[in-house]
Formats: sequence, structure tokens, C-alpha cells
Amino acid sequence: MSRQVPLHEGLFTWPSSNPQLLGSRCSQCAEATFPAQPDCRSCGSRDTKVVELGDHGTLWTWTIQTFMPKQPYHSDETAETFRPYGVGYVEMPGGVRVEARLQANSPEDLQIGMRMKLDIIPFRTDENGEQKMTFSFSAVTEA
Amino acid sequence: MDVAIIGIGLHRFGRSPDMTGMQQGASAVRAALADAGLCWQEMQFAYGGSQDAGNADALVNELGLTGLQFTNIWNGCATGGSSLHAAYSAIKSGEYDVGVVVGFDKHPRGAFNPQPKDWGLDEWYGETGLMLTTQFFALKTQRYMHDHGITEDALIRVSEKAFKNGSLTSTAWRQQALSYEEIASSAMVSDPLRKYMFCSPAEGGAALIICNADKAHQYCSNPLFIKAAAVRTRHYGSFEVFAPSQAMTVADAPTVTASRAAFEVAGIGPEDIDVIQLQDTDSGTEIMHMAENGFCEHGEQEKLLREGATGINGRIPVNTDGGCLANGEPVGASGLRQVYEVCVQLRGEGGARQVPNQPKVGYTHVYGAPGISGVNIITR
Repeated sequence: MSRQVPLHEGLFTWPSSNPQLLGSRCSQCAEATFPAQPDCRSCGSRDTKVVELGDHGTLWTWTIQTFMPKQPYHSDETAETFRPYGVGYVEMPGGVRVEARLQANSPEDLQIGMRMKLDIIPFRTDENGEQKMTFSFSAVTEA
Repeated sequence: MDVAIIGIGLHRFGRSPDMTGMQQGASAVRAALADAGLCWQEMQFAYGGSQDAGNADALVNELGLTGLQFTNIWNGCATGGSSLHAAYSAIKSGEYDVGVVVGFDKHPRGAFNPQPKDWGLDEWYGETGLMLTTQFFALKTQRYMHDHGITEDALIRVSEKAFKNGSLTSTAWRQQALSYEEIASSAMVSDPLRKYMFCSPAEGGAALIICNADKAHQYCSNPLFIKAAAVRTRHYGSFEVFAPSQAMTVADAPTVTASRAAFEVAGIGPEDIDVIQLQDTDSGTEIMHMAENGFCEHGEQEKLLREGATGINGRIPVNTDGGCLANGEPVGASGLRQVYEVCVQLRGEGGARQVPNQPKVGYTHVYGAPGISGVNIITR
């Protein structure tokens, strides 16, 4: 099996049996942001800490990306193999709405307010065979 | 001190395959100078901007090396509004009496492809396909429709109006009216927005000659006056483009704050406006901007569009030249095209698309990434 590495460090805890999205929270005003950053966008304080934002959330809005984006989009798809993907903002328990790819890509499968769970999935395989992992959300199905 | 517009010029929007973007900007400046009856050598200053067609101050190579102050402006899709605001301030300060505002562009075909690093973002955001303006407008429209009971009918009606108005505008790119059914059955691009609900990157140029209002009548018999020019950026909590996350708290959009500031300076309200230009990169955006600029309540748009209130003969005519939907969006020029159109309407030169009853007060609104709005109020 090819080696799996995060596409970008610091976005989520991984590898882990229970991966969490990471963000930062301001120690002054308690506002959270994603991805983590050293400054607070709300009050300008530099007193922020990296925190876990959770692994579940609620779909706040969504759309479907039907055409293959130009560069800087960098997947290993071609115009022929491109598959439309869902995009949404998910309200996290950590108190911030995070923009993410959604595994569903059909309007029938998406609804504002639905419960979503975090998945860490392969996004592309690089020339050296390394799989780059990214975060995505899928609907929580009734167990 | 008041500021007057004494000349307006446009290089037609769409595609000009034999011209560079810069040449289209020069063409717009020459048209504005001719309209004002002035020459380039009389211009004391210039502000200009372009996204993909070069530095605006290089226009002096075409227009003449006269030594004037020429400052380049870049503020995303709000570049035109920001250039005009800078020029307005230059006259207001008393430093200059007469100058030029110019915008032009020439974009490659297809959607814009902004680069994360230009917007303070990491590469992964672009690499994973989250950094598209079309996507953002769809996401914002989707939520807005959910919150305010707007249906697809309203989205279709905005496009129908835009292409109808475009068919009456000789300088528009899209001059073919489209039927309700053609729009409703066009391909879905980003739910809920379909192909004919989006504008496309395009080419074109627009220019204005502005001057100290005390001297306006020396230059022309029909000056118009800029009663307010305001530019605002986003607050923490407003839902704007290129945002990997957004706050749970809700703040007024930059459009709301710019609009409010402009009305305050002008000392009038939305009910006093006779002709309106709103940023309509897509039909959902025009709907949201109707309310954000104070022309209706959130959710009221559905009814207003069904009644035709925003048509040329309606109570609040919006985007009388077809807006971005019918003209396309050459980023540097687009905000000034809006001002050009409002000036045409206030002068009564709109021809087939003229708003009836001699409109006296016009309004323009431009919106750009990553959350910038520019508003102008113009009177006869």
C-alpha cells in the first residue's frame, strides 16, 4: 500500500483512529477559526491556541462543483476522469463554520441542516506514489 | 466641495480580438475626453486599474507622456469603485481640478483562477478545489434562499431581465434576449445557479472625466454630480468569498456598510433613487444585493421580481444595460461601466433602454473579493 501523508500539516489530527479537525481559538475573545492561525480575526489578539474543532457538524450550505477547476486545482484527475464534487460549510461544535469538500455530489443527497461527519480521504497520488490525504465530510447515516 | 462627472467613455464589452486590454482602456479614455470636449494634455491626474491587462499607468504610452500623477488601483472586482473613490477624494481635497478614472481588462476564457497566496491563503485551499468565486456565490445564494424563502423562479427572472436589457444595449456583449424556459433549462453549474445565471470574464474598457463641480459648467452644459462615494471592507462575521471558515456570529456585509455610508453622506435614502446598478456576477447575487443595498427587505425580492419592479419601466430599475450578466466582467472596467450606464440614464440618452420620467438620482454598487464594496450616488 502506498504511503499516506496529509496534503497540508496542521489541518486535522492524523493518523488517528478518531481524527479531529484542528483550528485555533482566541484566549481573549474565545472566537475560533479554521485553519489555525496565530492572530485572531475577530479582535486582533495574538494570544491564540490550537484546538480540536470536532469530527461532526451540521451542513450550513452546499453546492456542487460540476466543472473541473483550473490550476491551482491540483488533483490527479484529467478532464475525462473528473467527477463533480460537493462543497459546503459545516457548523462545527468548536464554534466555527468550515468550508470543505463533501463526498456526496448529487443535490438529492444534500440538505441544509443534515448531520455530517469528518472523513480523512486520499485526494491525489503524487509522482512518487505518495497519497495526499485531505479532509471531507459525508452524511451521517442512521445506524 | 462637490465633484462632477463631465465626460464618459466606454470601449464595448465582450471580445475585441484585435486589441490588447490596454488599447481598450485607451479607447475608453479617448471616448470620455471627446465626450467632455477636453484633451489628454489637460488632465491633471489619473487613477486606473486592471487585473489581467497590465499596469494602468502604462496607458501614457498610448495617450501621451504628459507627466501627470497616475496611480494604479487594484481592489479585486471592486477596482472600478475604488478608482473612482480615489479620484473623488483627490478633487475633494482641493489638490486637483480635473482628471481621469479608467478601468480595462482582457481575461482568458473560462472561470477566474485566483491564486491562494495572493489572498493570504495556503496552497491546499486552491489545490483541493475550494477557491472558486462561482462556488462561493452558489453557497451564499443557497443559504440565502433557504433563510428568506427565495425560489428558483426569482433567479430565472433576474437573468431574463438582464438579457432583455442587454438586447437593448449596443455596447453589451450578450445582445440576445433569452426566454424563461431557456434559462430554466440551461445546465446546472453550481447548485442552485445555472449557466445563464452567471456572468463570464470578458474584455472592455470604461473611463470618466471628473472635475471640481464649481468649474464643471466651464467644461460642459450637462454635468452630473457625485453626491457620495464609499468603499468598505468586510467585518468579522460577514459571509464573504475566499473564506476557509466563517464565524458563527453575523455581521453586516461590506455592501450594507458601504451603502449606509453613502446614503448618509448624500443625505438621502433608497426611496430617492431612480436608477440602480448592482453587482450581478450571478443572478443570486443581484437578489441579495437588492436587500443589502436597502432597496427592499430580505425575502421581498421574489415578489418584486414577479411584478417586474426591477425592470426598466419598473419602480426600482436595476441593471438597465444588462449588468455583468449581459456585459460580462472585465474586472478593472466593470465598476466604471456601472457608473457610465447611470450617467447615460441621468442624461436621458438611454434610447430603447431609457428609464422613463427623467431619472434624477442614480446609484451604483460594485462588490469584489475578498469582501469589498464600493457605492456611488450620482445626481443631475
